[in-house]
Amino acid sequence: MRAATDKKTRAVIVDDEELARQMLREFLSGHQEIEIVAECANGFEAVKAVTELKPDLVFLDIQMPKLDGFEVLELIGTERAVIFVTAYDEYAIRAFDIHAVDYLLKPFGAERFETALQRARQRLGGKLPAATELSSSARPPAQPLERIVVRDGTRVFIIPIAKLDYAEAQDDYVALASEGKKHLKQQTISSLESSLDPSRFLRIHRSYIVNLEKVTKVEPYSKDNHMVVLSNGTQLPVSRSGYSRLREFLDPARVK
Amino acid sequence: MHPLLTRPRQLGLYLLAWIPLAGILVYLLTGGGGLSLGEATALTVPLCLVYAFVCLAAWYPCRATPLEKSGFAKLLFTHLTAAAVLGTYWTYQAKELAIGLAHFWPRFAGLDQRLAKHIPLLWITGVLLYVMSVTFHYVLLAEQASREAQERAMHARVLARDAELKALRAQVNPHFLFNCLHSVSALTSSDAGKAREMCILLADFLRTTLRLGGKESITLEEELALVRGYLAIEKVRFGARLHMEEEVQKKSMEVLIPPLLLQPLVENAIRHGIANLPEGGVIRLSAQEEANVVTIVVENSFDPESPAPLKTGLGLDNIRQRLDTRYGPEASISVRTEGNRFQVSLRLPAESNGVLA
Repeated sequence: MRAATDKKTRAVIVDDEELARQMLREFLSGHQEIEIVAECANGFEAVKAVTELKPDLVFLDIQMPKLDGFEVLELIGTERAVIFVTAYDEYAIRAFDIHAVDYLLKPFGAERFETALQRARQRLGGKLPAATELSSSARPPAQPLERIVVRDGTRVFIIPIAKLDYAEAQDDYVALASEGKKHLKQQTISSLESSLDPSRFLRIHRSYIVNLEKVTKVEPYSKDNHMVVLSNGTQLPVSRSGYSRLREFLDPARVK
Repeated sequence: MHPLLTRPRQLGLYLLAWIPLAGILVYLLTGGGGLSLGEATALTVPLCLVYAFVCLAAWYPCRATPLEKSGFAKLLFTHLTAAAVLGTYWTYQAKELAIGLAHFWPRFAGLDQRLAKHIPLLWITGVLLYVMSVTFHYVLLAEQASREAQERAMHARVLARDAELKALRAQVNPHFLFNCLHSVSALTSSDAGKAREMCILLADFLRTTLRLGGKESITLEEELALVRGYLAIEKVRFGARLHMEEEVQKKSMEVLIPPLLLQPLVENAIRHGIANLPEGGVIRLSAQEEANVVTIVVENSFDPESPAPLKTGLGLDNIRQRLDTRYGPEASISVRTEGNRFQVSLRLPAESNGVLA
């Protein structure tokens, strides 16, 4: 590290395989300026450790129990320098590298490791721009989301898409309603909309996305306005353009 | 060689067809006056028997001048020339035979003179018989061509399936290899002995995969040995997280199965089951044979909350296709989840070497 910073770089290692963690420890042992503050074996531990310890640098495996590397990245945000460490093929990983400082493909050697570390230093020293904002999730848009991960402090909630009743925009956040609870997630409603399966979810209002499977009826509300009633009794407003989209969707379906 | 000569059944049928022809000839020779029934029969039977074989010679000019490729003039010239030559030959034979009979049997004395006025009839019959034979041979050739076309089509299908099977077998997962190499790389500095052991396990596994993958069938025992080799490698990576249970009925060990049938299932069990569980889990493999059907079950723990695998798809589809190509409806594969257990069951006919030995 540059002489100007006395402070050690604090790093977290996340990998479910002991041997893989051991390898990173070994490579890092030659760097006095880097301190390993935690080692995690699954996604939940990783989110907890990163949230609590706020490390500078995270080595992140992709295939892991509980939460995969992409979900972890989504939950810990872009403040830290993240280096993916994975056996995934290069093609698959390239799609995500804008969010990460670098990626190491297993097996990698000391030289490649140093290059990644170099990039991390530049990023931490402000010479590389911070990763662009995670627009929706780190997942490629071609693949509709199957579950949504939400962090509340150090706790992580996993909402399977089928259990999401609706989402409501609240400034920079969306409130995700599922099984009678609401979870706040830092994301815009438009980016959420774009990552959901459009055949199952519909934007019925500037501020609302609804799970079509939960809609039991559509009722007039005032002269020009409508509302939907969900199976749990929740009523949501429907905008005029939302109503025309809704009719397109529901009418052919209701006839069956 | 003429195809009929190698098939006694068809040759018999061909000769049978000559009986009515010989009958007609006897009728013509007696009907025109001059020959008695006995004389006509004594002449006709040996004559037709020999000529039946002579007419098989039409096979060669027929093959040399295929109907659809030869000009009309050429066809006419070839077969008329041959007909004239053979008709003359047949007439000459008849004459010789009549002389012989007249000479050796007092009963047939003067037969050669009596036959003389039938010579034109005999010649025309010889020519016509040959022409019939030509027609018969063209039919035979057409039939053979269509059978060959069918065989080629069948062969092409078999080849296509073989290629497909080869492609399906060549499925050692690259992630598995990369992860293995990474483990070896990590072990080289911490535990060189173990690194070497892992290299050998991996080499054994790859060698066995190549050897078994090239075979049509292997015993369940061989496949299980391969699976154990695979698990021994994964055990290095996953350590205590990976548990294995086996419950294999002894007599089912000899059952023949397509190679690399279970290994991909066990690989799935790890990738989509054990690898997603922080505390790991159990893979249970069982096999038993009953009423000539062997049932193999691979069961593993999995995290019901992990995202639904789009995944199992490919491996299972390949296995389903392979079973279908080989056994048709006699084999089946079914998938079941129960709580946190994922189960794949295969049912296939219990073939074994023992039956052949």
